Amino acid sequence: MPDVMELVYEVSNEDFTRAGEASSDVKRKLKKLGIPSDVIRRVSIALYEGEINMVIHAYGGKVTVTISEEAITMVLADKGPGIPDIDKAMEAGYSTAPDNVRNLGFGAGMGLPNMKKNSDEMNIETQIGVGTTVTMTVKL
Amino acid sequence: MKVSDICSNKDFKLLTKDFEDREISKPFCCDLLSIAMGKAPAGSCWVTVMANANTLAVATLTDVSCIVIAEGISFDDALIDKANEEDIIVFSTSLPVYDAAAIVGAGL
Ligand SMILES: Nc1ncnc2c1ncn2[C@@H]1O[C@H](COP(=O)(O)OP(=O)(O)O)[C@@H](O)[C@H]1O
Ligand SMILES: [Mg+2]
Repeated sequence: MPDVMELVYEVSNEDFTRAGEASSDVKRKLKKLGIPSDVIRRVSIALYEGEINMVIHAYGGKVTVTISEEAITMVLADKGPGIPDIDKAMEAGYSTAPDNVRNLGFGAGMGLPNMKKNSDEMNIETQIGVGTTVTMTVKL
Repeated sequence: MKVSDICSNKDFKLLTKDFEDREISKPFCCDLLSIAMGKAPAGSCWVTVMANANTLAVATLTDVSCIVIAEGISFDDALIDKANEEDIIVFSTSLPVYDAAAIVGAGL
């Protein structure tokens, strides 16, 4: 295994049902690298929730996953509307998702709490009208 | 109980291809995908009425052993193709969610 491996994905906002391609691919690659299955599960869940958020709350964006000997780092950057109140957004159950998204089973306001729970470190940088970058780290 | 044991119950119909058999850890019921995402135990038999492409993504990421689509909710051919591509086992049943899960739970 090389010291550091970097994976980059464009997340499109065109088709909500296709969200999850980055997380599925990362999951396959981590499995091949022999990463422990509980780590894979945490990374997959955190990344999928992040991807879904980029699709429903922003206009898609870019996902960069870095795998090193010590940790898996996920950076999700979008050029969406930004998050006005991060503390509120982090509350379980808080959601501004539209009805069509709720009808598909999302928008329960559990995404950011799930991401926090499944990562060892999570940081959100956001600017209204500019975009949001969420960085999550899962230690190996 | 293994996934193959579900096949022998006449109330359940296998929608996807032949599969590699696997132990079921427990039944799990939830229709809100965000919650299923956080809570579905690995190896569980996930009983739900939510039948869309995101259901398949959540099943893959949580590593459930199989999905049971309850209440006779339709699961269209495009979804079956996608499930087959990703090696996800999907059953359908006309039973309500609880009844379907209770049958799986009783077999454990
Ligand atoms: N990338 C993002 N850009 C803008 N707003 C976001 C983003 N991610 C989350 N949010 C805001 O935070 C809220 C809570 O997010 P989350 O916990 O994932 O719940 P949900 O996605 O179910 O609404 C969202 O409803 C939305 O208002
Ligand atoms: Mg979300």
